Amino acid sequence: MIWSHWIIVPIVLPLLAGGLILLLDRTRPWAVRVLSLAATSALLVVDIGLLIHAARGGVDAYLLGNWPAPYGIALALDRLSALMLVLTAVVAIAGLLYACRDEDERGAHFHALFQFQLMGLNGAFLTADLFNLFVFFEVLLIASYGLLLHGGGATRLRSAIHYVAFNLTGSALFLIAVAVLYGITGTLNMADLARKVPSLAGTEAVLAQSAGLLLLVVFSVKAALLPLYFWLPDAYAAAAAPVSALFAIMTKVGVYAIARVYTLVFGTTAGAAAHLATPWLVWLALATLGLAAIGVVAAVRLRALAAYLVVASAGTLLLALGLATQRTVAAGLFYLIPSTLVAAALFLLIDGVSRARADNNDRIGAQAWHRPRGTLAFTYFVCAISVAALPPLGGFLGKVQLLAAASDTPLQAWVWGLVLVSGLAVVVGLSRAGSAVFWKAPDGDGAHLRAAPAQYFSLGILLMCLVAVSVLAQPLARYTNATADQLFAPQAYIDAVLGKQPVAPAWNPREGMVK
Amino acid sequence: MSIEFLIASAIGVFAGAGVYLLLRARTFDVILGLTLISYAVNVLIFAMGRVRIGMAPIVAPDRAPSLASYADPLPQALVLTAIVISFAMTAVLLAIAIAARAATGTDHVDGVECGAAQRDAGDAADDAGARQR
Repeated sequence: MIWSHWIIVPIVLPLLAGGLILLLDRTRPWAVRVLSLAATSALLVVDIGLLIHAARGGVDAYLLGNWPAPYGIALALDRLSALMLVLTAVVAIAGLLYACRDEDERGAHFHALFQFQLMGLNGAFLTADLFNLFVFFEVLLIASYGLLLHGGGATRLRSAIHYVAFNLTGSALFLIAVAVLYGITGTLNMADLARKVPSLAGTEAVLAQSAGLLLLVVFSVKAALLPLYFWLPDAYAAAAAPVSALFAIMTKVGVYAIARVYTLVFGTTAGAAAHLATPWLVWLALATLGLAAIGVVAAVRLRALAAYLVVASAGTLLLALGLATQRTVAAGLFYLIPSTLVAAALFLLIDGVSRARADNNDRIGAQAWHRPRGTLAFTYFVCAISVAALPPLGGFLGKVQLLAAASDTPLQAWVWGLVLVSGLAVVVGLSRAGSAVFWKAPDGDGAHLRAAPAQYFSLGILLMCLVAVSVLAQPLARYTNATADQLFAPQAYIDAVLGKQPVAPAWNPREGMVK
Repeated sequence: MSIEFLIASAIGVFAGAGVYLLLRARTFDVILGLTLISYAVNVLIFAMGRVRIGMAPIVAPDRAPSLASYADPLPQALVLTAIVISFAMTAVLLAIAIAARAATGTDHVDGVECGAAQRDAGDAADDAGARQR
């Protein structure tokens, strides 16, 4: 099968590109930029190919080292993984283009770290093994520590200490959960776990459930769920703009892991452990949404505003997962696409705003501009419409689907109430910030200067994708519905991973060539 | 006293001391705490392959080829990976802590000494950071 080896390309390509970039770093900055952009573009092409392949509905497994599952590590590609891969590559290209303007020269090894971060993200989306998921989490985290510190400065160092310490504690909890699950079931392959968890009984079942809930804590750290999101506004506001844009996909890693583990291992078929996370997820997600809306209204800086918008979108997504019906999950997956794109666009835009203002900062107030603001204001307007879920952009379509899907559930009043009220608060916060920054501010000197084209180009990519989400809403909704169907029928995933046969060796050490 | 009891208490003591240190306000204490927690986790992973005395994880010709005569090799491989990763992460955190100590002049985890001037200093540092950008 021609497709079989393509699954590993999204992991190997950034790894090789990152290694090559390390060799070229500092001596040839232009070669590094070209190589980094070329590798990420190639990654996008491969990811789109994988998406088209996964859209046919099959689950493809890939056995690393040709060991049969569950003894070796397996990768698996289904609709959800493919969707996340493409989304990552799109956001990465926009961030990278923006960074190539000048941001990448403010510290060492930006492009190499960026590629390693992509490797970690892609690996986390593809792996079918719980310990391997931990390893890819660490790969993306250690790259993100470097990226967060890119450019240096006391603010970044302060937020980096919190971010690193918090995530290291999360990793320790992840390992405890993995160890307990292994101790009980004797396997770490997620498909094999899905087969073994339902048959557990007595204390073993209780231990497996506590390990499952411990995993929820770990994924909530990444996904920014209520008691565990306080690191996020600081870290996202402190990072350089292209890094924050890439970090917009990092909260989605947590959302992805929750979607994967709590449908596959602790899903409807898990016996005593079925629907383990849902009672916690719904209420915590609702509270997250409420607090994030307050954060949006109370923000004094544009970056903090954008960071709280990321938290709000994570809350909405986790709410959709927590309601745990096929329709809410489909709606949540649809909402995931525009919310990620718009978060990335907002971080890039805010950097453009602070550069174009006379005092070069992002406080929400009427500071003078020393560059033209028309394009920035228009971009802000488009982003605000999408992030506040107003028609006609993608965010609106996602939220409408979610509200419609939630009307079948017993929690309809709570969901509608909090989603709509927090939506209103977001509109208020965005219009307050927008009118202060763009309308009330006077013109300073140099209003004739122009912004660099790279900035508009990367913003343009993200805005075009946002518009494309609206234009292509029907095929996209069909895809996300099919993704939710696939998530709620985990047997296909289990069969694909465990039934995958190793390739027959072409060379036998005792007998020489087989053929 | 059984060996299981000893291992379980060791994990508990490591984890307890680690959590206590993690909650303190100095970066060095936090790093020590994280290290102790990672010790506790490593021993836990090791113990999850079951405690078996005098058993090797590698196939030997003089032992019967059955599961009863070998220790589980997988947790030992997992623990090796976990040790390497936590070692690297501790090194990164140490480097960040030293750089933060140099940049802010304090080893408090918030980058500001506790006290009345905390908020103002934080805002001033934010402005400085924004200007650098």
